[in-house]
Amino acid sequence: MEITVTVNGEPHRRTVEPRLLLVHLLRDDLGLTGTHWGCDTSNCGTCVVWLDDLPVKSCTVLAAMADGKRVRTVEDLGHGAELDPVQQGFVACHGIQCGFCTPGMLMTARWLLDHDPDPSEDVIREAISGQLCRCTGYENIVRSIRWAAEHPDGATP
Amino acid sequence: MQVPAQFEYERATSVEHALALLAKYGPESRVIAGGHSLIPMMKLRLARPEALVDVNELTELSGIQVADGELRIGALVRHAQLLASAEAGALFPVLADAERVIADPIVRNRGTIGGSLCQADPSEDLSAAFTAVRADAVIRGEEGTRMVPVREFFTGPYSTVVGPAELLVELRLPIREGSGSAYAKVGRRAGDWAVAAAGAELVLEGGDVAEAGIGLTAVGAPRFVAAEAEDFLRGGAASAERFEKAGVIAAEHCSPAADQRGPVDYKRHLVATLTTRALHRAADRAGG
Amino acid sequence: MTYGSLPRKEDARFVRGRGTFVDDLVLPGMLHGAILRSPHAHARLLSVDTSAAEAHPKVRAVLTGKDLAERGMAWMPTLSHDVQAVLATDKVRFQGQEIAFVVAEDRYAARDALELIDVEYEPLPVVVDAPAALAAGAAVIRDDLGKADNHVFDWSSGDEAATEAAFAKAEVVARQDMLYPRVHPAPLETCGAVADVDAITGKLTVWATAQAPHAHRILYSRITGLPEHRIRIVAPDIGGGFGNKVGMYPGYLCAVVGSMVTGRPVKWTEDRSENLMSTSFARDYHMRGEIAATRDGRLLGLRVRVLADHGAFNGTAQPAKFPAGFFHVFTGSYDLPAAFCSVTGVYTNKAPGGVAYACSFRITEAVYVVERMMDVLARELGLDPAELRMRNLLRPEQFPYTCATGWQYDSGDYPRALTLLKEISGYDELRREQAGKRARGELMGLGLSFFTEAVGAGPREHMDILGFGMADGAELRVHPSGSAVLRLSCMSQGQGHETTFAQLVSAELGIPPEEVEVVQGDTDHTPFGLGTYGSRSTPVSGAAAVTVARKVRERARQVASAMLEVSPDDLEWERGRWFVRGVPGRGHTIREIALAAHSDLALPEGVEGQLYASTVYSPPNLTYPFGAYLCVVDVDADTGQVRVRRFVAVDDCGVRINPMIVAGQVHRGLADGIGMALMELMAFDADGNHLGGSFMDYLLPTALECPSWELGETVTPSPHHPIGAKGIGESATVGSPAAVVNAVVDALAPFGVRHADMPLTPAAVWRAMRGKPLRADLAIS
Repeated sequence: MEITVTVNGEPHRRTVEPRLLLVHLLRDDLGLTGTHWGCDTSNCGTCVVWLDDLPVKSCTVLAAMADGKRVRTVEDLGHGAELDPVQQGFVACHGIQCGFCTPGMLMTARWLLDHDPDPSEDVIREAISGQLCRCTGYENIVRSIRWAAEHPDGATP
Repeated sequence: MQVPAQFEYERATSVEHALALLAKYGPESRVIAGGHSLIPMMKLRLARPEALVDVNELTELSGIQVADGELRIGALVRHAQLLASAEAGALFPVLADAERVIADPIVRNRGTIGGSLCQADPSEDLSAAFTAVRADAVIRGEEGTRMVPVREFFTGPYSTVVGPAELLVELRLPIREGSGSAYAKVGRRAGDWAVAAAGAELVLEGGDVAEAGIGLTAVGAPRFVAAEAEDFLRGGAASAERFEKAGVIAAEHCSPAADQRGPVDYKRHLVATLTTRALHRAADRAGG
Repeated sequence: MTYGSLPRKEDARFVRGRGTFVDDLVLPGMLHGAILRSPHAHARLLSVDTSAAEAHPKVRAVLTGKDLAERGMAWMPTLSHDVQAVLATDKVRFQGQEIAFVVAEDRYAARDALELIDVEYEPLPVVVDAPAALAAGAAVIRDDLGKADNHVFDWSSGDEAATEAAFAKAEVVARQDMLYPRVHPAPLETCGAVADVDAITGKLTVWATAQAPHAHRILYSRITGLPEHRIRIVAPDIGGGFGNKVGMYPGYLCAVVGSMVTGRPVKWTEDRSENLMSTSFARDYHMRGEIAATRDGRLLGLRVRVLADHGAFNGTAQPAKFPAGFFHVFTGSYDLPAAFCSVTGVYTNKAPGGVAYACSFRITEAVYVVERMMDVLARELGLDPAELRMRNLLRPEQFPYTCATGWQYDSGDYPRALTLLKEISGYDELRREQAGKRARGELMGLGLSFFTEAVGAGPREHMDILGFGMADGAELRVHPSGSAVLRLSCMSQGQGHETTFAQLVSAELGIPPEEVEVVQGDTDHTPFGLGTYGSRSTPVSGAAAVTVARKVRERARQVASAMLEVSPDDLEWERGRWFVRGVPGRGHTIREIALAAHSDLALPEGVEGQLYASTVYSPPNLTYPFGAYLCVVDVDADTGQVRVRRFVAVDDCGVRINPMIVAGQVHRGLADGIGMALMELMAFDADGNHLGGSFMDYLLPTALECPSWELGETVTPSPHHPIGAKGIGESATVGSPAAVVNAVVDALAPFGVRHADMPLTPAAVWRAMRGKPLRADLAIS
């Protein structure tokens, strides 16, 4: 079937099998490999992207279901040298180790701060509780998101 | 990653269209909304529908409103939307209690109320919550609309009364004066399916229980109902001793199965504990 | 900046989603592979019919064990002197074992074709219960080896007679059986490979999730017969390893053969259930601990008997001379006059592996048993567990200390770490709070763990993988402009090598870390060495990097002496500069020297131009990081739910190169402790069905189960490491599980509970309170 998905502001028309998962459309067809996958059961959260402004697990969305919709991935967070404050926070606070959960965490973090600019540590932990990280013990991810909340315009140059 | 087998896909533009598509593709077709129950099953190839009818565009099923003394929740309402609804939370705190512990925030952004009920997983939290508050399910077919009490909605594990060419469109929850409700769950971890959970609604008159509703999940309660405990409570005092006794009765009459979440004796014990806890909280919220 | 919390160089790509993981790779003409796996845990393979799969329009090849046998590749060597089936030929020996490999045009078609393969099995009796594996009449799993039972090895360490004597004269003896259940490292990125055989040169390139690329090349060479120069292994970014990506898996080899057969690159990435069901697990140690002491709490002896479940093939990835890894440091952090352990390994119908979860080759099990026994003994004696530990910890003046099984601990100040832990945590106040709660019937527990790690294998003469000594190469070149490239044999999986190793070179040469490029993971572009696991990067490759930088610095001195026309002996080094002693104004920076070294400057005889050096570093000993941990839990007496309220960790890993990264490593391991102690588990039912084959069943901790970690540190440099550093990668994974279990058991003391096996799920806790503990490794019935 033919679908058109607007990814990071750019429309992409593709012919796909109905069963194609959104995560595979992004990674294999569009080459946007920042979005990862790590399980079969919608538990790990490494595949989180925005679908029409809501974070979703793209391993559990058919590409067909995204037809006519907008998708935002990690590749759209920063532009060139300019990083989103959540990206800056993850660097400043060592919120990244192997980098595999990072894109999904960033997409959730950006969404959270758009809707709750000053979240408590508990709110942050709840927000990322559907996403696993095996490296950081979550501590520095929480701190990274707090950093971004405290620096809404990013680091002072 | 595991991937689904092949199927046909069509997007419905209205309820009528969805019903027509279901009729067209026949009994091996499935409705897909959030997809968070169905797609994982399809990836593991435990479910192999020949066609999917996507109902995500049916915005007429996305509302939460109060009408005619009922809270009406469209089948396409997302878990996150229900959790965020102040009105639903105030009228039926059992829903917010349950939603807070269903899966995780990202899954809740996508998964729907109707999808959860129609999946009819024996461990589904909302099934117990809607059972407790004696909700009615509104089902549309080409013949018209029918109402089925949620207590008669489930016909077995992963099976409901919704026919192959029918669509669950709404849940209706009767608003009762003097009522309070609550949900208590034990999982092994945040986001885990319940080891056991209990939802309760109490309608209090004076210090007495005018009506009680108790839904249990994951413990083999017939149609999620703890009928004997409800019977025991009805008409008696809303007291700690009786709540405790109701928990014991609920535990006696369910049939949990041992699995990696726990052995039978533990699950039975949890039923007693969680039923009692939910009753206490429901009574507090009812102002009793 | 040199040492210090420098932000990571790696993050620039990861934060943009621009890391390159194996599944991100796309090569022209690339095909996709998928593996058919056995649903049975033990069955004879009667037939494998692939004809329907081969007829699938998108399928390019189907491989079976028979096809591999024709190439002599149906079996591969493990890292423990055993063999493992690549694709089964005779029997399947665990659920999830590899049977056939489909190569197709896309990943969906490859999966579809698996369903078209018809396999006929004759089910055989299954061995899942390790204690029953050696019983008479138990089904024999390894008939391929001509075995008549399921025995793998017997091994012991320590002085049995002296230990016996110590127990005989002891006033108090405590015993406890315990199981460290089978768990899995479960990195978020599963294992995978892209294999490409060059049709013209015959050169094989494998991009793979490989923590030890050079070890992989040895294995590919042995299995395929190709010489090393025609094999290139590239580990791109690795999405977490924790030991899971040390060894060789059948899927990698299938991709290689798939590429040989089709002439096109073949990608294979396993899904999560394949990762959990077939790749390296950890632990599965059934232990009996016995501890002997005087009435006033002076330790006299420790004895441990272990039954080790190795699964269907002995595939532990560890120094080959040590069948039980480094378990013999089970004497832990205490002054123990006598100790003895014996380990028996058995085959069962489960996946192979054993040491793959950040465990420093069985030190996790060793720490667990001694730290549990200390709490059991404390209870027996009526002593506070902190006091019992303080009375028996090694004292600073005892270092270097040779323990009862012969291992020499390099350095430590243990009482200082425990004292600091008590201060940070407010231990005495917590005990008072606990007493108040107990009086009200509330369950609160405090759990201590004091661990000693032994990390950084070799030395090469004592430790090897497949006969290859565990020493690491390093090469450093300073370019004419003064920037540098450091080539390493180890491989990061998230530890931040690109940053810390640049800091090491920077500290030695004064080149800014951002101008030091670190190359790792590509066997064509790095020197030989055995990889990153067992916390060995800093102790071994880190020492190699410092050594090679110092060699370059000496070369620079020669060049500077020619530039300045003074004797090298008259030069002094300070902050990136050689200058004439007593004349600080007269000197040259490393940048100036680098340019001169490549220039037409006349050099003294015997001094080569350019700034380059290489080295091979074999450590004289392991390094021994240590730490003191405290976990505080609250337990819901009605439901058995455990909440970890606080976790305080004092770590000593010697000199810290990048304290930010060190803290991050500790955080990770503490979360592992929460996971293993409270939820992670791979149990098996009587038919050998794996009951933890997805992330719905194999539970990992989320942000909600982890408290905000509280860290403290002491610094006791290693006397033999060039900068005094020790490994840190696994300390917290090794040390934390015992603290969590000790805390829960402490909380349950009012119920008379003195031990409970992991994982302490709500059901397990509730059952323990009732004296009816669950058997963790078998299905709950």
